[in-house]
Amino acid sequence: MKPTNIFDPNYFHKVVDCQWACPAHTPVPEYIRLIAQERYTEAYMLNWDSNVFPGILGRTCDRPCEPACRRVRTEEKPVAICRLKRVAADHKGDISAYLPRVPSRKNGKRIALLGAGPASLAVARDLLPLGYEVHLFEKDPAGGGMMRSQIPAFRLPADVLEEEVDLILNMGVECHFNHEIASMKEMLEMGFDAYFVGTGAPRGRDLNLPGREEVDEHISIGIDWLSSVAFGHTNSISGDVIVMGGGNTAMDCCRTSKRLGANSVSVVVRSAFEVMKASDWEKEDAMSEGIPIINNRPPKEFVHDDGKLKGVVFGCVKPVKGEDGRLRYEPSGEPDVFLKADRILMAIGQENHCPWIERDIGIQFDKWDCPVLDETTLQSTHPKVFFGGDSAFGPENIIWASAHAHQAAISIHLFCQGQDLKADRPPEGVNLLSTKMGIHEWSYDSEHDPAVRYLVPHADKKQALGNIKIEVELGFDRRLGAKEAQRCLNCDVQTVFTDQLCIECDACVDICPMDCISFTDNGEEDELRQRLTAPALTTEQDLYVSGQLATGRVMVKDEDLCLHCGLCAERCPTNAWDMQRAVVHVPQLGSYAG
Amino acid sequence: MTFVAKPRTRHPLLPLNELDLTRRDYEGAVSTLCAGCGHDSVSAAIVQACAELSLPPHRFAKLSGIGCSSKTPSYFLDKSHGFNSVHGRMPSVATGANLANRALYCIGVSGDGDSASIGLGQFAHIVRRRINMLYIVDNNGTYGLTKGQFSATNDRGSTSKRGVPNLYEPIDLASMALQIGASFVGRSFSGDKRQLVPLIKAGLMHPGMAFLDVISPCVAFNNHNGSTKSFQYVREHSAKLMEADYIAPSAEITADYEAGAAEDVNMPDGSTLRLRKVEASYDVHDRIGALAHVQRCQEQGEVLTGLLYVDPDAADCHDVLGTVETPLNALAEADLCPGSRELDRLNESFR
Repeated sequence: MKPTNIFDPNYFHKVVDCQWACPAHTPVPEYIRLIAQERYTEAYMLNWDSNVFPGILGRTCDRPCEPACRRVRTEEKPVAICRLKRVAADHKGDISAYLPRVPSRKNGKRIALLGAGPASLAVARDLLPLGYEVHLFEKDPAGGGMMRSQIPAFRLPADVLEEEVDLILNMGVECHFNHEIASMKEMLEMGFDAYFVGTGAPRGRDLNLPGREEVDEHISIGIDWLSSVAFGHTNSISGDVIVMGGGNTAMDCCRTSKRLGANSVSVVVRSAFEVMKASDWEKEDAMSEGIPIINNRPPKEFVHDDGKLKGVVFGCVKPVKGEDGRLRYEPSGEPDVFLKADRILMAIGQENHCPWIERDIGIQFDKWDCPVLDETTLQSTHPKVFFGGDSAFGPENIIWASAHAHQAAISIHLFCQGQDLKADRPPEGVNLLSTKMGIHEWSYDSEHDPAVRYLVPHADKKQALGNIKIEVELGFDRRLGAKEAQRCLNCDVQTVFTDQLCIECDACVDICPMDCISFTDNGEEDELRQRLTAPALTTEQDLYVSGQLATGRVMVKDEDLCLHCGLCAERCPTNAWDMQRAVVHVPQLGSYAG
Repeated sequence: MTFVAKPRTRHPLLPLNELDLTRRDYEGAVSTLCAGCGHDSVSAAIVQACAELSLPPHRFAKLSGIGCSSKTPSYFLDKSHGFNSVHGRMPSVATGANLANRALYCIGVSGDGDSASIGLGQFAHIVRRRINMLYIVDNNGTYGLTKGQFSATNDRGSTSKRGVPNLYEPIDLASMALQIGASFVGRSFSGDKRQLVPLIKAGLMHPGMAFLDVISPCVAFNNHNGSTKSFQYVREHSAKLMEADYIAPSAEITADYEAGAAEDVNMPDGSTLRLRKVEASYDVHDRIGALAHVQRCQEQGEVLTGLLYVDPDAADCHDVLGTVETPLNALAEADLCPGSRELDRLNESFR
């Protein structure tokens, strides 16, 4: 293998599993260290820079970082990254001094943002400090998009939402609320310099089964129903409720129903429990509130008595693992089951839906009705129109919306300045800073903490179920937050090896608790992986290979299970190993503002 | 040194031995030696050897004297017995331990100061008495603990860190051991675990005095350009007699070597030490030949490593004395004190 190029920004970025997995590449270990130092405001702002909505995401993020966390591989449970984000948000001080300043003199370019959800808001935040005039169009009377309309208050309190939404709106966004966009053609005629479409995936899927039309008034589409609850149009639900679907919307629907007075609530899912789309913690919370989740039951028919819904007939299947490892469903042989119901909430997915974009104005759509986009620039086939969030590639989540927004904002800026959207994009970068402060002194807490993941306290169940506005998760307090922060392995503090300094004394090999380091003859990667101190079988994780050493061997480090404890560097007599903090620069529009 | 203890978290695929223990279960306390010390590598080699042999840690006695080397028994096998004795007096304690309980695996770790200077007499006599133990000398040619004076094994002409040459002839402990009756003599290098670990395993299984001289560079005081015990010098002047493989009794022995190039030494526990020799003519059972070869290499400035000599029919102290099979400490009072009638009978036999 060739020596590893550690100056490739992606090399060490990949080692920071959480940051690499985060669509917005939030520097997770860095903000966790700030939390450990009780510097909550700085931790919050570091998050705000990357993902724009730390308080909201600290409660509602889909957490792609957590399954990626190295601790899953070295021990068992990941660091509670998301909850630590909330710790920063809950305990931050005054952030006004840290916010970017918005020039009062504008740069003459006018941008239209369609939809007031997370994607549009994040684009606005990126563009405003550069002097753009930003206009926001939204059909609802307030900003926030699905964060407001679809996430119930017991998961995301209104004040948390409003604080972070208003922060952006108050930077000088021209808001046009209650403005239903009927025609993209008309929008284009308004003569903005660029358009950003962040209207989400607003159409909930329906299910056309026998009896569907007859019982129409007893069936609601999940996201529409949640929205009407959020805006106060719906205050109660009665009788026996069946929620169909296995995603997070289904979990929100069932828990909301329980709070609004349903006689009984159950969730019925066509697939197996393990493959449900809902996050594990959402499923756990729903079940702990006494809501049954019934799996492997595909619906067959709505039963009614002259239009009055009686219930639903479900078939019974069993999951069978195919040769490709995917689950298939076969009839289990059990007879069909009838479940009594007075109301049905349909939460079986949502899709892109832009009937207001005319198909003859140069914006092409693919066969799934998604716009044809350049994946890097997010530019549509109409050069002035950019997409982001769920409206770009179909339903994702808030953190993806932030990530799209940063890219779209860069593209819009380059477009407005007449530059090339690809060639002139700012590059990624990495800075390596030694953390050595003295003999056996490092500027990070290198010692490994074997503690298991701390549990987050919850509100009293009886009270929580009685009021939709009572937040269920209480979040870590400062003490628990500090303890959980200690579990972070500081994966951004990298083991950097200088081959010219190494005397091949084996001290690092002997001390490494995870057997990551080997000194051996070079070879091809597949074969080399088999004959290291411990075989390196996780091929997604890189091998760090040095140049040739005095004995003709090379140093090979398996990045997979490294605890970043720094013992190799402590035991190295020649400083061939050093612990260096890798600061990965993921470009944002702020990079231009200087 | 580091004061941060090695985390207990381990690689999830670390193999379990026959006792369901991993290598990590054979480790000891955190080492307080200098960063990069060769002695830590020797400790790691002992850990690896004992784990791979699936020996129960509590059946070991670790014995040492004074010096950097003699601190190391703290850093391996923390679930075993140990005695850190007076300077140079480890052999006396080892003799006592072995006589009292012949069922223990004795590992003595000593240094060039502890064995070649203050304890030279003790060293000579424990070898002569053929105590069944593995006697390892971590040999760095310097008094590291007192900041770098020449030790008795330092080669003539080798320089101190400040460039002053050593004026005296070295004591070669391996030659001495050959001369006065050790039945297993080897030399190795802390920076070459591939050779060191099989030698430690074979030494532990050898039923008699097994002596290993391990060149173990002192990174703080004797790892500079003028030194003959530096990592660089040993690597450049290494004359390897053979690569050694230790093959457990249960493992299948395959013949994948050229005739004459390899030799199998059968160990009494049924295991095999396979020597893949660099010089096919070297006879590992010829004590006088070994002595001559070691001396010649030394004269040429070469560091001869490998198994120098082994006596497959070795006898240990207990064989010589004809003691009972049961460890003496396990004998009941009735066995040790058979009563006055037996005493009378014994006395009568001398009249």
